[in-house]
Amino acid sequence: MTSPARAVEPPLLSVKNLSVAFPTEDGLVQAVDDVSFSVEKGKTLAIVGESGSGKSVTAQAIMGLIDRKAARMTGEIWLDGQELIGLPADEMQALRGSQVAMIFQDPMSSLHPFYRVGAQITEAIFAHRSVGAKAARAEALEMLQRVGIPAAERRIDDYPHQLSGGMRQRVMIAMALINKPALLIADEPTTALDVTVQAQILGLIGSLQSEFQITVIMITHDLGIVADVADDVAVMYGGRIVEVAPTSVLYHQPEMPYTLGLLSSVPRMDRDVSMRLEPIPGNPPSPIRLPPGCVFAPRCKYVDRVPGGACASARPELLHAAPDHLVRCHLPSEERQQIAQDLLRVLAGGAA
Amino acid sequence: MVAYTIRRLLLMVALLFALTAAVFFLFNMLPGDPARLTCGKACSPSVIEANRHRLGYDQPILTQYGQFLGGIFFGRTFSSDSPQPIVCNAPCLGYSYSRHQQVLTMILNAAPVTFWLAVGAFVVWISISILLGIFAALNHGRWPDRLVMGISLVGYSLPSFFIGLLLIFFVILKFNWLPFPAYVSPFVNPVGFLKTMILPWIVLAFLNTAFYMRLTRNQVLETFHEDYVRTARAKGLPERTIVVKHALRAGLTPLVTAAGMDLAALLGGAVITESIFSLPGLGSLAVNSVLQSDLPLITGITLFSSTLIIFANLVVDLLYAFLDPRVTIA
Repeated sequence: MTSPARAVEPPLLSVKNLSVAFPTEDGLVQAVDDVSFSVEKGKTLAIVGESGSGKSVTAQAIMGLIDRKAARMTGEIWLDGQELIGLPADEMQALRGSQVAMIFQDPMSSLHPFYRVGAQITEAIFAHRSVGAKAARAEALEMLQRVGIPAAERRIDDYPHQLSGGMRQRVMIAMALINKPALLIADEPTTALDVTVQAQILGLIGSLQSEFQITVIMITHDLGIVADVADDVAVMYGGRIVEVAPTSVLYHQPEMPYTLGLLSSVPRMDRDVSMRLEPIPGNPPSPIRLPPGCVFAPRCKYVDRVPGGACASARPELLHAAPDHLVRCHLPSEERQQIAQDLLRVLAGGAA
Repeated sequence: MVAYTIRRLLLMVALLFALTAAVFFLFNMLPGDPARLTCGKACSPSVIEANRHRLGYDQPILTQYGQFLGGIFFGRTFSSDSPQPIVCNAPCLGYSYSRHQQVLTMILNAAPVTFWLAVGAFVVWISISILLGIFAALNHGRWPDRLVMGISLVGYSLPSFFIGLLLIFFVILKFNWLPFPAYVSPFVNPVGFLKTMILPWIVLAFLNTAFYMRLTRNQVLETFHEDYVRTARAKGLPERTIVVKHALRAGLTPLVTAAGMDLAALLGGAVITESIFSLPGLGSLAVNSVLQSDLPLITGITLFSSTLIIFANLVVDLLYAFLDPRVTIA
């Protein structure tokens, strides 16, 4: 993990103190609040959170898809030695689709209904490289075959509505990877798909990732898929990152009460079926009126264990629990670990 | 596509057939005696009865309808037992006794005026409203958007006869910028044609511009939020391509339906505008035919205008299937 070679090579993507706020008539919507993380080349980072936790806005900020006129954006986003937030619009446009690509939640609506899928893929080629029409088509065909479209030479001239949901997501993946980007952001890529297709798509992303040496940010609300695909996990809540850890650490030694809540609300096959899922009480905070202290405090079961009501008044910092494990919580570390281990024992063994 | 078109055309024929029946029976069951209108104030009952027989109004209504239909397909002869029979070749829409002219001739004389009026206004309103609508959408929420929408609201609430009279008063009467309208064919006197038509075009386009401006703006704004526009942006396409090729192409296609039908309706006659500017088009003809209870003419114009609408419906459907691949035609 901390071998000298790795330490020398800087992470491919490094987000530092990113904040995104949208002024609205009702007040300032703080969608992303002081978010920092980094992903090393070829790795997969999963960003997990509920709707409104700021994960999609974070992704859009990296893609440069945030409307600068509508949003206040501060912080730094470093991609392969280049800072993106300060980049002029035309230079960001040149990076989009070539260095950093994105696939979206709903492949039904993410492809343009009026254009053939082949034309939509070659359009991405022409946007970044001067390639002849024939060569571009051949390249698109090859990529469609690579993402597992059967009879691709026929399907290339189909319209999106002629393809199934899984096929459309494969087309989206082909389109995103056609220019061999360094970073792929997958924003809930399987949420809109059937469960059987979900696994295929995740497997496809994984195999393409190792084939093309791509770094992946997987945005999801589903902790169930994270374990299979991610090297590291960042948990977001109320626009902030509340816990970051390698995947196995997050599953086995989680510390932030929100992460615990997420883990206990995921149904698991290896768990006693008589056990009830335990939902997190309450609702996510309004991004307009975030709680002054810890954003999770209003829903947290353990607020009383922190002396002086600090949870409600003081904003906890994201601090190291271990060298590669960051937690944003006022609870003392030992107490967090104790709570987590008790809970995990219950989850794993039922009454045992 | 071919099979579909043929089927639609056959359906259209059936619809037109039903239409002739509806129009014919509707107007012939109206109170009023068509025979009474064939001669002046001092008209003896015997002359009326003679005319009634001569014109076939004494026949049962189904027979009359049969003759009317026969006239459309094979032509017919009016007053066949009089010394001067009136031959009306197919497609014969009837004969106006109050004007002593064939209905089709009158329609064909008036149609070009309406055609130029409608097409000119169409070009004006479509080009202005689409440009301003897109402009407003691109500046959504800022002052250009508010200005355009404000103008649209005002335009929407002004009746066309009011704008027409206002324009006539200022442009023609007060400042003498244009001569009083007198229709000439664009092929005879293009300058005179333009001078006559420019105000009617503006008046006719006004209301539709207001409506289409809003429609365009809302359509474009809606497509800007579509996922596929976000995909286009994520591909790194230039903003121009995103707006034109991805957003506008999808956003403006639904306008084809509305625009096609509106144009067809106008081609059937723009009653108010034609009346204000004394243009001898189908609208004026229709108004006069009603005022004079000229039954054959009313029937003919109604049939003509409805045929246009039915035909436009087909064209719009075919065009839409051509523009949007999701619309399957089978």
